[in-house]
Amino acid sequence: MKRNRVSARLLAAAAAVAGACGLAPAEAAWQPTRPVEIIVPAGTGGGADQMARVIQGIVQKHNLMSQPLVVINKAGGAGAEGFLDVKSSTRNPHKIIITLSNLFTTPLATGVPFKWEDMTPVAMLALDEFVLWVNAKSPYKTAKDYVEAIKGGQPHQFKMGGTGSKQEDQIITAAIEQATGSKLTYIPYKGGGDVAAQLVGGHVDSSVNNPIEAVAQWRAGELRPLCVFDSQRIPLQGKVTADMGWGDIPTCKEQGLDVEYLMLRGFFTTPGATPDQVAFYVDLFKKVRETPDWKDFMEKGAFNTTFMTGEEFKAWLKKAADTHRGLMEKAGFLAKS
Amino acid sequence: MEALTSLIHGFGVLGDPMNIVYMFVGIFLGVLIGVLPGLGGANGVAILLPLTFSMSPVSAIIMLSSIYWGALFGGAITSVLFNIPGEPWSVATTFDGYPMAQQGRAGEALTAAFTGSFFGAFVATLLLTFLAPVIARFALNFGPAEFFAVYLLTFCSFVGMGKESPFKVISAMMLGFALAAVGLDTVTGQLRMTFGSAELLRGFDFLVAVIGLFGVGEILLTMEEGLAFKGRSAKINLRVVLHTWKELPRLWLTALRGSIVGCWMGITPGGATPASFMSYGLAKRFSRNGARFGKGEIEGVLAPETAAHAAGTSALLPMLTLGIPGSPTAAVLLGGLLIWGLQPGPLLFVEQKDFVWGLIASIYLGNIAGLIVVLTTVPLFASILRIPFSIIAPIILVVCAVGAYTVHNALLDISVMLIFGVLGYLFKKLGYPLAPLVLALVLGDMAESSFRQAMLLSRGSLSIFWANPLVAILVTLALAMLFWPLISFVTERFGRKRPQMVPGQ
Repeated sequence: MKRNRVSARLLAAAAAVAGACGLAPAEAAWQPTRPVEIIVPAGTGGGADQMARVIQGIVQKHNLMSQPLVVINKAGGAGAEGFLDVKSSTRNPHKIIITLSNLFTTPLATGVPFKWEDMTPVAMLALDEFVLWVNAKSPYKTAKDYVEAIKGGQPHQFKMGGTGSKQEDQIITAAIEQATGSKLTYIPYKGGGDVAAQLVGGHVDSSVNNPIEAVAQWRAGELRPLCVFDSQRIPLQGKVTADMGWGDIPTCKEQGLDVEYLMLRGFFTTPGATPDQVAFYVDLFKKVRETPDWKDFMEKGAFNTTFMTGEEFKAWLKKAADTHRGLMEKAGFLAKS
Repeated sequence: MEALTSLIHGFGVLGDPMNIVYMFVGIFLGVLIGVLPGLGGANGVAILLPLTFSMSPVSAIIMLSSIYWGALFGGAITSVLFNIPGEPWSVATTFDGYPMAQQGRAGEALTAAFTGSFFGAFVATLLLTFLAPVIARFALNFGPAEFFAVYLLTFCSFVGMGKESPFKVISAMMLGFALAAVGLDTVTGQLRMTFGSAELLRGFDFLVAVIGLFGVGEILLTMEEGLAFKGRSAKINLRVVLHTWKELPRLWLTALRGSIVGCWMGITPGGATPASFMSYGLAKRFSRNGARFGKGEIEGVLAPETAAHAAGTSALLPMLTLGIPGSPTAAVLLGGLLIWGLQPGPLLFVEQKDFVWGLIASIYLGNIAGLIVVLTTVPLFASILRIPFSIIAPIILVVCAVGAYTVHNALLDISVMLIFGVLGYLFKKLGYPLAPLVLALVLGDMAESSFRQAMLLSRGSLSIFWANPLVAILVTLALAMLFWPLISFVTERFGRKRPQMVPGQ
């Protein structure tokens, strides 16, 4: 009896969800008929890979899909390999790809021919924040101190560590250079974990690690967050260290460093996917978002949990693509063609 | 003493019989993964990771790390039997392991490999138990310059050790560097030598090359030489294990050196692959039997295996204490930690005592269990060599092809593997050494990026390689290693020439 009531309530909830996004029930009819591949255009162990595997685990644990999800890494050429694979799999709806900023940056920096319009957008699941970090032993207590030091020092004196070349970390670095009018030395490393360790070891002066990449070192009192590159503070109240939480980190703009950057964590599927195929995945991600495991993951990584689909998502992508082109053009990162 | 009480507590956590079951299941799966070339420990753990989300973190990490130990053990099996390294770190094991199998001593080689693995892991685990916090700090001293110095040392301890002409060694190494450069340049973000082809974007994977060069190349050679395995006379009973064990204590120095090299490379985090090469190079240089290396010397199996397993185990240390993975597999496990709601980093040892000490205790038990599993199967594996070549060769080729495909899920890689197979055959025929090529291919990329990162830091000044005692010692040691043959050659030449010149004057 009890079970019946629960499932009835679930049905009602599902109907409400379907109704809310204006779908006729019949449209949710498409179901995958074989295993679905999640392509990760990055290596194992990175942020996108972790998120893909969390989703795989949640789907499996809560039995959200009749067919299994398989995670496949295609990291070649700064992720170009993965995007080209999806682009060339027209009308194969059993393939979705998780994106990071290389969706925009890789084609611009390398000239490999793909763009976001080549694929079918599904949903934005979250936005990843960026935080300016320094070593806790350094004298800089606020972003203001650090910016003053950069302005007062020699050009190239301050070293910024980051992931990859001509990708999000270096774009932010270039934006900081433009905002301060002073040059930094950018050192590209393989992954965010390496960067955080190099900063703790004092080999670089600062980094723009994502929260999840540096939170352990912050809690251990080895790194200090100076500001977050978002328009508002991270809306999390809990304490991470004894006296500070994510919400206590000021925005960079508050500190007089007018730089904003967020990284897309979203999904695309192959070109030519039909609306009911897209609707299936949107629905799946909505269910994933409802699970406590996902909420926990979002909070641990201090993600910005904005969710977007459909036209709204497309408009956001269009704007983000333009922003990236502008930022990379200003920084001189565009591939010569 | 505190470490000891914590460890005993850790064994208590393991007391749950389910955890022991998970451990054996993990070891068994790991050995399978290690045997299949291409399906490396990292892939294996990644595939099975989602299965563990519903377990408790302690059980999950016990099972996954057992897979890792199993894969470390299993990698040696195909290297010895068929000259096919199942894992990158077992390449060096083929150098002497395969000749031993050809002489009918496969059982001995496998026993030495497994025992060496166990010993290396045991030393590394002791280190993990008692010195974890101290040693973890050491890894932080490693910046780009220090990393480059370590890679340089690996190259230098390897160059000039072969009997082949230096010209051939250098050509093979340069080819390796060239192949390693294909794909994305991480420092400038530009594509190199991809010639507009989407398939070349990912570059040449080390594993695909190795499966071709060693596995396929070997099959081509065997076909030419008479369609039969040479190692058919292998003794297949368990006495071979005991017999080999009697011999091993003599080689304690090699095993100890391998463990030290391995622990150091695992912590820094250079990884198991360079560790195995470096250990082999050092063993060859310092052994009394150095000249016989490559022809089936048991020391040549012991050295790389000990180092690889020590490195594989100690790679967990920077992962647990600093959140820096020391190997690709550790990177996947790191992702797992986050998903289970644990935060790797300096506080893990304080906040998650059950988890950490349960894991460390499971390393002890896991390795003992692993050793038992693999040693009892030595006769089984050795008897594979009795299967007629005409049956086993096609199976090996299929397994190789599947392995090459699995690395990146790319069909083209199977063709790449076959081309490398022909290349491996030609190299053998023409007397070019394969090891320098493989070494350059696996380390070339990392050595290049750390060199260029160091140059960015120092703004182009080479003085960064003597900027602190750590890096200065490493670089000086490497250069001494590199020029030692040259120095001895010159002094020898000089010494011989002088008496001849006297009459001329």
